[in-house]
Amino acid sequence: MVKQLTSARETILFAAILAILVLVTTRFPGFIAPGNLIDVFNDTSPLIILALGQMAVILTRCIDLSVAANLALTGMIVATLNSVNPDLPIVFIPILAVLIGAALGAINGILVWKLEIPPIVVTLGTMTIFRGIIFVISDGNWINAHEMSPAFTALPRAIFLGLPVLSWFAIVIMVASYVVITRTPLGRAFFAVGGNPHAAVYTGISIGKTQFAAFVLSGALAGLTGYLWVARYAVAYVDIAGGFELEVVAACVIGGISIAGGVGSVGGAILGAIFLGIVKNALPVVNISPFWQLAISGSAIIIAVAFNAQSSRTKGRVILKKAEHAT
Amino acid sequence: MEQSPDPVISLSSITKTFPGVKALSEVQLDLYPGQVTALVGENGAGKSTIVKILTGIYQPNGGAILVDGQEIQFPTAHHASDAGITAIHQETVLFDELSVAENIFIGHTPRGRFGLLDTAEMNRQAQSLLDGIGAQIDPTVRLRDLGIANKHLVAIARALSIDARVVIMDEPTAALSHKEIAELYELVEKLKAQGKAILFISHKFDEIFRIADRYTVFRDGQFVADGLISEVGEADLVQMMVGRSVEQIFPERKPTVGNEVLKIEDYAHPTEFEDIGFSLKRGEILGFYGLVGAGRSEFMQALFGITRPSSGTCRIDGEEKTIRSPADAIANGIVYVPEDRGKQGAVIGLPIFQNVTLPSLGKTSRNGFIRMAKEYGLAREYTSRLDLRAASLDQDVGTLSGGNQQKVVIAKWLATQPKVIILDEPTKGIDIGSKAAVHEFMSELAAQGLAVIMVSSEIPEVLGMSDRVIVMREGRMVAELEGEDLTPETLVRNAAGIEKA
Amino acid sequence: MSLAERHIPDRLTNPLQRALKSWEALLLVVAVTVFIINSLSSPYFLDAWNLSDATFNFTEKAMIAFAMALLIISGEIDLSVASIIALASTAMGAAVQFGAGTTEIVLIGLLVGLICGAFNGGLVTVLGLPSIVVTIGTMSLFRGISYIVLGDQAYGGYPRSFAFFGQGYVWWVISFEIVLFFVLAAAFWVLLHKTNFGRSVYAIGNNPTAALFSGIRVQRVKFILFMLTGLMAGVAAVCLTSRLGSTRPSIAVGWELEVVTMVVLGGINILGGSGSIPGVVIAAFVMGMVTFGFGLLNVPGIVMSIFIGLLLIGVIALPRLWSMFIARRG
Repeated sequence: MVKQLTSARETILFAAILAILVLVTTRFPGFIAPGNLIDVFNDTSPLIILALGQMAVILTRCIDLSVAANLALTGMIVATLNSVNPDLPIVFIPILAVLIGAALGAINGILVWKLEIPPIVVTLGTMTIFRGIIFVISDGNWINAHEMSPAFTALPRAIFLGLPVLSWFAIVIMVASYVVITRTPLGRAFFAVGGNPHAAVYTGISIGKTQFAAFVLSGALAGLTGYLWVARYAVAYVDIAGGFELEVVAACVIGGISIAGGVGSVGGAILGAIFLGIVKNALPVVNISPFWQLAISGSAIIIAVAFNAQSSRTKGRVILKKAEHAT
Repeated sequence: MEQSPDPVISLSSITKTFPGVKALSEVQLDLYPGQVTALVGENGAGKSTIVKILTGIYQPNGGAILVDGQEIQFPTAHHASDAGITAIHQETVLFDELSVAENIFIGHTPRGRFGLLDTAEMNRQAQSLLDGIGAQIDPTVRLRDLGIANKHLVAIARALSIDARVVIMDEPTAALSHKEIAELYELVEKLKAQGKAILFISHKFDEIFRIADRYTVFRDGQFVADGLISEVGEADLVQMMVGRSVEQIFPERKPTVGNEVLKIEDYAHPTEFEDIGFSLKRGEILGFYGLVGAGRSEFMQALFGITRPSSGTCRIDGEEKTIRSPADAIANGIVYVPEDRGKQGAVIGLPIFQNVTLPSLGKTSRNGFIRMAKEYGLAREYTSRLDLRAASLDQDVGTLSGGNQQKVVIAKWLATQPKVIILDEPTKGIDIGSKAAVHEFMSELAAQGLAVIMVSSEIPEVLGMSDRVIVMREGRMVAELEGEDLTPETLVRNAAGIEKA
Repeated sequence: MSLAERHIPDRLTNPLQRALKSWEALLLVVAVTVFIINSLSSPYFLDAWNLSDATFNFTEKAMIAFAMALLIISGEIDLSVASIIALASTAMGAAVQFGAGTTEIVLIGLLVGLICGAFNGGLVTVLGLPSIVVTIGTMSLFRGISYIVLGDQAYGGYPRSFAFFGQGYVWWVISFEIVLFFVLAAAFWVLLHKTNFGRSVYAIGNNPTAALFSGIRVQRVKFILFMLTGLMAGVAAVCLTSRLGSTRPSIAVGWELEVVTMVVLGGINILGGSGSIPGVVIAAFVMGMVTFGFGLLNVPGIVMSIFIGLLLIGVIALPRLWSMFIARRG
């Protein structure tokens, strides 16, 4: 899918990531120690998972700004459930988180599908509504580590085959996303709806349903991340992951997923997320204040979107014979 | 012509209403295996509505669809394609970002293990389909990288990939060159030989008589007649279409040519055109003829300031002018009535009077502040001159009929009091009755001393309206014809680049 | 063609009839209702000073909303406005550290707003990038710069005369901000509804291609609108900084949402092409009044944001639900 273009972009992105690694390593060789790289990957896992969900949404010409709020709300709900009922078997928690997240995503999806409200408006609205609901549920209080059961907080940090379970979640979702995007009718439908909605209708693909599916997918992944996040940091409160939706969109845009829909790849989204993750982890190592991060991801969005536009700019028609030979 | 026993698909008493409009009223249509049925009718006759019903995009409000005598319904596009009905649409309804094979098989890709899509099998099948229609296209390349003719072949391959029994071709030749049209005819013959039923929709009569076995005529959403093509003549079909006997008549003109108003020298663009130069006088109609994609519209857009030429000079009334934007062009008395009037013409959502005054706001305002009375005055002057029919001038232009919207667009341009008016395909896709009105109007403009440039791909129109014709091919001017030299033969020869016999 | 000229009237309905059926009229009813409910539910509501205080809930946001209304009508959007406030406020705070006086501070605030707007506008119009992504990017970038400069610190020490913009009163309970609000409302009303520029904005929002072909300099108009929005964010930054008396990088977080909500509630079509300034003015009052009413009832701010979110979606959803309902019945 979209082979020539994305492979070129993915190569550039990959080269950029390597360049940063080399640069950082010259000042702090320990950065590329396997142990540290695993830490960086683990730290970036939530971003990767969310970026893959966001990618599906953006492919269908939508945007989901409610992912971080969804994450926080789902995280708060499962944390509350756990503190009220610590005996609930741990296997149910991630499943529950996925379901809650998917339900929240479905609200976005329904509004976009049935009422045809612009996605930016819907998700700006649900973003604040979800945050508000967290406050109502928690009454503004934090749920701290001692209120959570040991199993609840241990799962994402447990080590399995040398990697934390959080990282394994990210890896499984990376593989699953690749399969869904490239090898299922739904994945094809994401591209079709975003690439040429008019034509999609003629091929029997429902635009609204496909967008709905994308929002549910994005919501489900946000819900799962909600549990992982709350358990990993062992705390839940109103503002967790505040503003994280921008980083998620940034990861997608940097990864070459066109905001106009229909263009992008799983590899791109993953590399985009890893790029941001490495920058974030490298900043303290090279003694730059973490306050730089917001500005860096903002600049990265702008540079990436400008780069996308340059590479996909439609050239004028080539009518002259000599011009045809020249190109 | 052998008589086919039974139609593959038969529509009877189909009715389709939209809020306030009856698009189809109890129409019938039968398609026979191994035969081409031409669907004929003016714009608004209901042709595209019936196509959408056949392909499951619209659901009829009444009537029955029979496949092999069995009544059937198409609630979605999937159901129609499952029943073996496929369409090659007027607009390319393909996906630029997907590969050729993915385009061909989207919606019905072969599945492999675990129900996942089988890419290898898909590419193999796509290759054999493309080979089958003689298209030399690699199924793994992205559609974006193909030319328009090859995209068309992909659309055809897609239609064939659904083991189709009924193939609908909605104005398939609209964007094709002569050579490509000939190839399309061959393909149609192949499909006929395979026993497929073909519904062929076209505005071009020569095509219909060349390729169709049967005809069905619709008029104003109603069924008029059907039968064998061999039993009718061109005049009969036209009469059935319009309900009266009509010959295409062009207005008598006695051109009174005045001073030179526009002189173009050496206009060139890196990829689109070069060496364009001509002069235009008051009261003259200058035709621009060429095949689709010869660079005519591209040159006009440069002349109007939408794109920038890399070199060239433009003189208006003898003075050299640099036109960098449409605003500059309008200020210098050049206006452009584009081909795509829906997108580029009327501003739906604004009232009629605001549409009319949009390019003339300088005249209806003082220091940038709008003066309503002047606006209404200007709008009234030009809309009444064009005999616009509307309830009030502050009505949204979107609530007007297509013909009246076009009047608003023309009124808008006349209100700028231009010297040169460029009409890009002024009668494309409009019915015969409206065509005559546009032609009448064009000659009136010229009679009033305007210089008119008409870009047209219709030979009768070019011959009937123009005082002089410039023929373009592959971005260059290849001939400038007038008087005796202006014949259908010289136009076609020059446009297609055929040597004299 | 008939010889007797067909007469087409200029208008069919008279302006008053039309006004009564409009969205603005409906909003006005809502505003009055909210006012009555508020005055019934709290004895503190109908107090001149309390009402005057309440206007601060919306004046600064509304100033941005006026410019944002034009931008949205033209089919673009600016999500970076709250971050522009942060950056402009940070610049003003920094200027104070270098000993700038009130005039310089204000000019710097306005200038930074203008530059940020021009930056957005340049990216959108010169490079042809989608405004949603550009302004999501600059939303991070502008506030990010504030964080780089300030970190977890704050700027303060503004001169006393600077306090006038956010805390001063022109006469009795009439604050400087409410006067500025009305002046700007009038100015934007004239700009949008009475000038060629305003007409171009509508034309671009409804059909950018046709507008271009009609000789409207589409990109220039959009660029000016982005600058105007940035400038108004600068004005809001001056007022807000003056009112708070200090600058933190988290200043005005989430305001972009409230500004967009105000614009949409005011009847501006989020897809562009239609809407009016009076609608935005009334919407500003409605939102300010509701916030104030909730405040009197001791509802926390974050719960009010649920209401704002519901309002944003509901305002667009309800008319659509209603028309679906009508269509199903008829």
